[in-house]
Amino acid sequence: MTVQRKDVVAWIEAFADVIHAQKDELTRLDSDIGDGDHGANLDRGFTAVRAKLPELAEKDIGALLKAVGMTLVSTVGGASGPLYGTLFLQMGSALAGRQEFDLPAWSAALQAGVDGVILRGKASPGDKTMIDTLAPAVQAIRDAAAQGCDLAEGLRRATAAGEAGMLSTIPLVARKGRASYLGERSAGHQDPGATSSHLLLAAAQATWTR
Amino acid sequence: MKKLINRPEDVVTEALEAMALAHADLLRVSYDPSIIVRADAPVRGKVGLVSGGGSGHEPMHGGFVGMGMLDAACPGAVFTSPTPDQILAATKAVDGGAGVVHLVKNYTGDILNFEMAADLAREEGIQVEAVVTNDDVAVKDSTWTAGRRGVGVTVLAEKMAGAAAEQRRPLAAVAEICRKVNANGRSMGMALTSCTVPQAGKPTFDLPEDEMEIGVGIHGEPGRSRMKLKTAAQITELLMMPILEDLPFRSGDGVLAFVNGLGGTPLIELYVVYREMARILAGRNIKIARSLVGSYMTSLDMAGCSITLVKLDDDLLGLWDAPVKTPGLRWGI
Repeated sequence: MTVQRKDVVAWIEAFADVIHAQKDELTRLDSDIGDGDHGANLDRGFTAVRAKLPELAEKDIGALLKAVGMTLVSTVGGASGPLYGTLFLQMGSALAGRQEFDLPAWSAALQAGVDGVILRGKASPGDKTMIDTLAPAVQAIRDAAAQGCDLAEGLRRATAAGEAGMLSTIPLVARKGRASYLGERSAGHQDPGATSSHLLLAAAQATWTR
Repeated sequence: MKKLINRPEDVVTEALEAMALAHADLLRVSYDPSIIVRADAPVRGKVGLVSGGGSGHEPMHGGFVGMGMLDAACPGAVFTSPTPDQILAATKAVDGGAGVVHLVKNYTGDILNFEMAADLAREEGIQVEAVVTNDDVAVKDSTWTAGRRGVGVTVLAEKMAGAAAEQRRPLAAVAEICRKVNANGRSMGMALTSCTVPQAGKPTFDLPEDEMEIGVGIHGEPGRSRMKLKTAAQITELLMMPILEDLPFRSGDGVLAFVNGLGGTPLIELYVVYREMARILAGRNIKIARSLVGSYMTSLDMAGCSITLVKLDDDLLGLWDAPVKTPGLRWGI
């Protein structure tokens, strides 16, 4: 089983829907420990992405993901713009020229994306950021690919590992971004970036195993 | 929420349109992406100075575009960093062949977007040097936080680096002035009220009528501590001690003393604070060589103030006194 170009489009649309629906919840999480604009900023970015999808109809998966990344970079602002933008740009580079991909290719693309986010944001696991969701998810998907799991199983494990990583941010004290100004007061709150990253992985699983 | 606006989502764009109308002699505004550029940019052979950040801090940064200060400003959405395409467009618009300095406040979003823009500009063959301001002593500076925030020093660095660029100093020297002002400057702020972001429609945080927040950030991030309201003398003391001890400022130093309003505090109260500040400095034999009092780096309608001190040497003194002609600061011409 492989993921086709149209599935990638469906994933992006599904994530845009989820972000729009969860906008207030993401903003609420961000109001607790940040500046309360994570939901609004991502929604603005993915609304712009959605508007751009029709003109990307002829592009391969790599070019499509890169265009999504550039749109996010130029519309989201804040820290999320460069970070989510870099994630999609690097995934796009890894999948350049493709019309479809399998689990090992998705594992490599996600790895490239997460490496790019780490390089840009200089966050490590445990800093209470989106990396706490993405890093264990990448690890899980890489292991699944190495064990020869099928796509559905790989995606299932990635989502589960990412969700556990998201929940692991609750007791953490933030060491990156605006939440770090709160010091100890940032503990006890789930990180909004880790939350939106979980929604991204969950949307991929839901769309591609339908 | 009671605000003098039309639609919350149009506030930033409408204010930009108005700046172009009100200050056509000093600057021009372009859209998609939104940038404010000095009217005669690019100035051939001069280092370009670009800054930017979220909107809501006016007059910073757009109000400081003009001769002797910024060549361009990149306004983001309210309290949201500008995007790399804005910063790249501004960088290209002001590059007069001598390179461009990016003056960036230390906030994660600002840093990431300016870094991406600098990468893109360098790919296009423009020399870019970035300098980060991080003068807020309210934040503990450690490897476990995003580091101190860039606050009041940013305005002063824009003025002095702008003067250095106007004198045709080279790229590295203009960047060095930014670093020097930042290294010799310290700030701390306090809030009497929260601010209300137009699109949020309600105050960012709750602050009871009889309490204040000491060490607050310019986006309404919480500060060091919350306490019962005190007198201006006591509040000034609370802001000044961490500033003075941190650099430290010593007997015999000459300083630029900056009392800044956060948007909702009248000038008369800023002068009451200034008087207390001057008393404390006199008591320590620190000379106020130059001063600035007013609302230059605001947080929308937040009531409160910040104090910034910068230790001056003769070079910085000359750069501060040099002519400047912007909507927000204007003297010597």
